[in-house]
Amino acid sequence: MIYFDNSATTAPDDSVLTSFIEVNKRFYANPASIHLAGKQAETLLEKSRAQILSILSAPDGNIIFTSGGTEANNLAVIGFARAFRSRGNHIITTEIEHPSVLFAMEYLETQGFDVDYLAVDEQGMISTEELKSKLRAETIVVSIMHVNNEIGTVQPLAECARLIKQYSRALFHSDTVQSFGKLPISLTGDGPDAITISAHKINGLKGSGLLAFRKGIPPQALNFGGGQEHGLRSGTVAVADAVALAKAMRISLLDEERQEFRQWRNRLVNFIKNYDDVVVLAPDKAAPHIVSIAFYKVKGEVAVNFFQEKGITVSTSSACSSKSGAAGHVIEAIRLAEKYKNGVIRISFGKNNSEQHVVEFEQVFAQFMELLGRGNG
Amino acid sequence: MEWNELLIRYGEISLKGRNRNVFVKKLRKNIKEALSDLPTVALQAERDRMFLFADDKRDMEEAIIRLPHIFGIQSFSPVAKCEATLEAIKETALRVIGAGETAGKTFKVEIRRTDKSFPLVTGELQQEIAAHVLQNFPELIVQMKKPEVLLHVEIRSEGAYLTAKVHKGAAGMPVGSNGHSLLMLSGGIDSPVAGYLMMKRGVSIDAIHFASPPFTSELAKKKVMDLAEKLSSFGAAVRLHIIPFTEIQQTIVNQVPDNVSMTTTRRLMLQIADQVRAEIGALAIVTGESLGQVASQTLESLTAINAVTTTPILRPLIASDKLDIIEIAQKIGTYDISIQPYEDCCTIFSPSNPKTKPRLEKVIYYESFSDFAPMVEEAVKNRITVDLPLQKQDEFDDLL
Repeated sequence: MIYFDNSATTAPDDSVLTSFIEVNKRFYANPASIHLAGKQAETLLEKSRAQILSILSAPDGNIIFTSGGTEANNLAVIGFARAFRSRGNHIITTEIEHPSVLFAMEYLETQGFDVDYLAVDEQGMISTEELKSKLRAETIVVSIMHVNNEIGTVQPLAECARLIKQYSRALFHSDTVQSFGKLPISLTGDGPDAITISAHKINGLKGSGLLAFRKGIPPQALNFGGGQEHGLRSGTVAVADAVALAKAMRISLLDEERQEFRQWRNRLVNFIKNYDDVVVLAPDKAAPHIVSIAFYKVKGEVAVNFFQEKGITVSTSSACSSKSGAAGHVIEAIRLAEKYKNGVIRISFGKNNSEQHVVEFEQVFAQFMELLGRGNG
Repeated sequence: MEWNELLIRYGEISLKGRNRNVFVKKLRKNIKEALSDLPTVALQAERDRMFLFADDKRDMEEAIIRLPHIFGIQSFSPVAKCEATLEAIKETALRVIGAGETAGKTFKVEIRRTDKSFPLVTGELQQEIAAHVLQNFPELIVQMKKPEVLLHVEIRSEGAYLTAKVHKGAAGMPVGSNGHSLLMLSGGIDSPVAGYLMMKRGVSIDAIHFASPPFTSELAKKKVMDLAEKLSSFGAAVRLHIIPFTEIQQTIVNQVPDNVSMTTTRRLMLQIADQVRAEIGALAIVTGESLGQVASQTLESLTAINAVTTTPILRPLIASDKLDIIEIAQKIGTYDISIQPYEDCCTIFSPSNPKTKPRLEKVIYYESFSDFAPMVEEAVKNRITVDLPLQKQDEFDDLL
């Protein structure tokens, strides 16, 4: 079985699982307790935090451990908007964000915030000109994802950060769930002020993630209780989750340095471009691990089933929206021609893949096109 | 932004006369020590400045984070190196400027042309580069006098060197250039700050701590070790002496009246500290005492406590307000450690109404019923020493 749906989730790394189990066995004490066992758990928790901050090149930054990317995105969007409300009520985001950002934005609109949604071009790129024109004194939060989960477009975060700093006082958040471990990310210099990371996208465990942000700019808390995580996320901190996440992040940096994903992507894109009735979504400079394509008048689901039958797992555009049937908001936003809209599939690489998998995919792909009566044009 | 080297400027020490070399050497050694775990870092010290190189990008980033804590550095600037061609300089200038804040800042280009063979003269070069930068960062405002962003370009035969950002250093004197003292480190907020201020004046320190197990916990000890470790991050290792104090403390509780027991406790601590000081060859004792904070910190009380020794007792915080002390503690990162809730030996037996004006003759009279001298000897002899920072052998490493 070839698993090509790593943007939906990845297989947990063995060493991450080992850490998770070991921590639960040996350091299960509540890190808030003052006895020795509690102190040990706390030390371990803080070491994980320090390791993560060092990976993000922001040793004096802050981290809130969350239940995953969705919670971190919710906390960022709603928490920062509330924290900076005294400065204004204008927020900017894009049309192609993950639902955990988009629905949080919709909620904020009901609370009297004014949200602008940046449009994207046919390749899913925002326009920094448009961003610049929308920024104003009352802009308090800008949230722009780094890599789009459905088509892999990479947004120019450094340039966005520069514009945001220059033309507003807004906090810049980026959903980096799909890019961490694939592209360099840091919280210093020309990076965003806050980022979201999800463990299970980088061979960690489902149910954990984090929001990291620069020193001194906490969001307002969304849940209340014992005051853990400096009162920003109450609830006993899941030490083993934090350790496993820190480990997954450390290991994933090795992926960032691997060039294979990029090579496979180039190979696959060149291969697919030989076929007339298939389009590749996103520009050549898209994220190295995602290839989204659309078939002419063939349902994505049909292709998924065919590949499944041949031992290859690919997905329709995103796992979150794949069951709803209708074309997703990203596909709408890039104004994909009607005849391609329902034919999107996504191939996403992970560390368990090899070049041989790409070769096999190409063979199956050729069979599929043959079957459709659309030979190599 | 990737930096090729760091230019380090000396502070006060560049004012020194013929002793300057000694100070520079000390500073170099302290920087080396503070960065000893970064394998690719190399240092080159010159008369007025020092250069730091690192082959690994992460080592360089880490050095930029640690340097601001090392005393004796006035400021430092990350330097980008490029080919000495106009095109390369222009391109690098944009990257260097882009790495910092630009919105609404005043700006100037400064050229130093060590290599006179470079085709453009200084004036032309300045205009070319300034025009290029302003085109790309139109929000900068040109200003010749005291600009906020000063792009400095130095053209040497081997390449061009560009800097724009000046990071503030910790200033002060290189630790160790001004002698050695023993710091009485309690675990509270004040004493680490006192140690920090003395280190800033170039004094290297050992620290002494009194532990009363089982009344005080391992965690209290760990907390003091963390504090000493924090202090060691300012450019010099710190040796911590942990004194077993339980027996003496119990004797005091049993023998000396409640309202002067605290004065006696302090006097014995100071005696022990003084013996340790003599053994390690330190010249003074440093305390975190601040006038009027607690009963032991009245002038009368200090007089009674101080009567046990003629060694100089340095009290850098004596006239500081609590809030000012807290501010420094927060700045240097000891505050969060100090406020951890573990009992220390000063609080476990503290009397309910200690005398704020103890009379020395009375105190000496009460102490005369017990023979503390052998206990003091014993405590000094049985001390445990820990060298900080600890060589990390971490049980957690395999988990992370």
